[in-house]
Amino acid sequence: MILAMLGESWRAMGANRLRTFLTMLGMVIGVGAVVLMMSIGQGAQFAIKQTIAAMGSNLFILLSGSTTAGGVRSGSAGGYTLNVDDAEAISELSGIQAVAPIQSGRAQIVYGPNNWNTSVIGTTPDYLVARSWPVISGDAFTDSDVRSGTRVALIGKTAAQNLFGDEEPVGKTFRIQQSPFVVLGTLALKGQGMDGRDQDDTIIIPLTTAQRQVYGSQFPGSVRMVMVQTTTQENMPAVEKSMTELLRQRHHIREGMDNDFYLRNLTAAADSAAESTRIMSLLLGAIASVSLLVGGIGIMNIMLVSVTERTREIGIRMAIGARERDILMQFLLEAIIISVVGCFIGLLLGIGGALLTNTLTGTMVIISGGSIVVAFSVAAAVGIFFGFYPARKAAQLDPIEALRYQ
Amino acid sequence: MQAPVILIEDLYKSYHTSAGDFPALKAASLNIVSGEFVAVMGPSGSGKSTFMNILGCLDKPSTGNYFLEGRSVADLGKDELALLRNRTIGFVFQGFNLLPRMSILENVALPLIYCGLEREERLQRARELLSKVGLDRYADSMPNKISGGQQQRVAIARALVNHPSLILADEPTGNLDSKTGEEIMALFDELNREGITIVLVTHEEDIARHAKRQVRFLDGRIISDELTQGLES
Repeated sequence: MILAMLGESWRAMGANRLRTFLTMLGMVIGVGAVVLMMSIGQGAQFAIKQTIAAMGSNLFILLSGSTTAGGVRSGSAGGYTLNVDDAEAISELSGIQAVAPIQSGRAQIVYGPNNWNTSVIGTTPDYLVARSWPVISGDAFTDSDVRSGTRVALIGKTAAQNLFGDEEPVGKTFRIQQSPFVVLGTLALKGQGMDGRDQDDTIIIPLTTAQRQVYGSQFPGSVRMVMVQTTTQENMPAVEKSMTELLRQRHHIREGMDNDFYLRNLTAAADSAAESTRIMSLLLGAIASVSLLVGGIGIMNIMLVSVTERTREIGIRMAIGARERDILMQFLLEAIIISVVGCFIGLLLGIGGALLTNTLTGTMVIISGGSIVVAFSVAAAVGIFFGFYPARKAAQLDPIEALRYQ
Repeated sequence: MQAPVILIEDLYKSYHTSAGDFPALKAASLNIVSGEFVAVMGPSGSGKSTFMNILGCLDKPSTGNYFLEGRSVADLGKDELALLRNRTIGFVFQGFNLLPRMSILENVALPLIYCGLEREERLQRARELLSKVGLDRYADSMPNKISGGQQQRVAIARALVNHPSLILADEPTGNLDSKTGEEIMALFDELNREGITIVLVTHEEDIARHAKRQVRFLDGRIISDELTQGLES
């Protein structure tokens, strides 16, 4: 029965190919747009997620507060109000995964005839934990290296390439300014940071070494920045509170006085970036859905015309025994076929468009099975929804009137 | 006395118009038994079309009883009426009413779709009926490729495909020249000899002479109902 109806619908569509094609085109464009926009949106979301994962998760950045010297205020992280003992104390708090005091800057590094200006980060092994940044060859330095201030370094991909070329860096000795350093290990590729900086153009050395040998800090043991990672995202607010209390107490800040440090939630910033991408892709999808809606209205329009044109046919069918539901099914099937076939073509075009976008612009696109399923079911739903009214109109025609229709 | 195929008692039908109710059919009563060949005659507006629509289960009477093969039609729902039109009644129209996009064979097989037969069986039965009306060689042609008389034969084959007990023909020769019309009537005569009950609407006396009984309508009433000898050829 259904098979016979399918044949009938197919024939009816074949009888007016151009019109069927144009009706279908609405669905094709709608579904194509939805698939394309969804794959671009999901690609952008994925790219953001990767960047966030590269940054490390559940991170706080603790910055020194401003100091005032002779009426000149230094701005945030201008002074050295934090020190390694603060970091030590924070690591005793509950819910803490890693605490890494950081002293960073830029320095000239030299190996043989090559030299390169790069970012030199003095910190503790916890830094690698917090940034989820593995060492891929050689070893990381340890807490004892930090205590004794050994001249060892971990080198990022970009810095290594510029300094050592194709040579294997591990075990080589290079200089930072005048001090010789041994490369202990190379860092995994990290890529671009959220601010667009190349994170692999860097060298990581023990904090004490950095302060003594590279930066010659005025206040050894004091730092401008401490990176703190909590064990879970959920306990970040609790840690923020306990950390603030601890530091106020340690820094003897009285009730009502401002903190002499700043606490930044990096994860929150990253989350808001991810959220805005998500909203963008939702928006793209919504705009594309409008064209799907327009396509559906096109189907309804043509089906209404078709019902009017075929009024006499409907009358004949009723006279020879078609029930209301037979007529309903016939027209509904026609609408569904148009929308599903249109959807299929649109799917191919959308995927093609996404791949083309990827090839031409390098934008990351993700074609997920989910978006295909969604597009298909939406198309079928549109077919049923917009096909139902004309089909019902056809089914409820009065057979006598319909037979008399010229 | 044979069992009545059609038993109509005191049938009224009125249409609602802006000028008030218009009575199209008044107190019509009729009894048609199996194997009869009845011509329904009358000028336009006499109520014969309304009568035929009710006979064909396309319309329902306002009041009165209509028993088709002993079943009261007034009590049936839309789906059951459709089933009656499909199984019990075969329609033949003045304008042939074939579907233009289908081959002749498929046109004949069309009613069988609505009783759920498989495609092979549908086409097999349609082929049998086509050869009965002598058009099997046109099975795969389209309706617009054959003459009017041939189209009406196809329509008759379609009406017969579900082995109905009653054929309702509404001016079946109205669009045909008199010679072709006679051929079609000969076909009806033959069907009637095979035992099929035929009710035929016409306003041509020549056509009505084929029937064995003539029922005349005027102003919504049956004014005469007489047996004729029919045209036994």
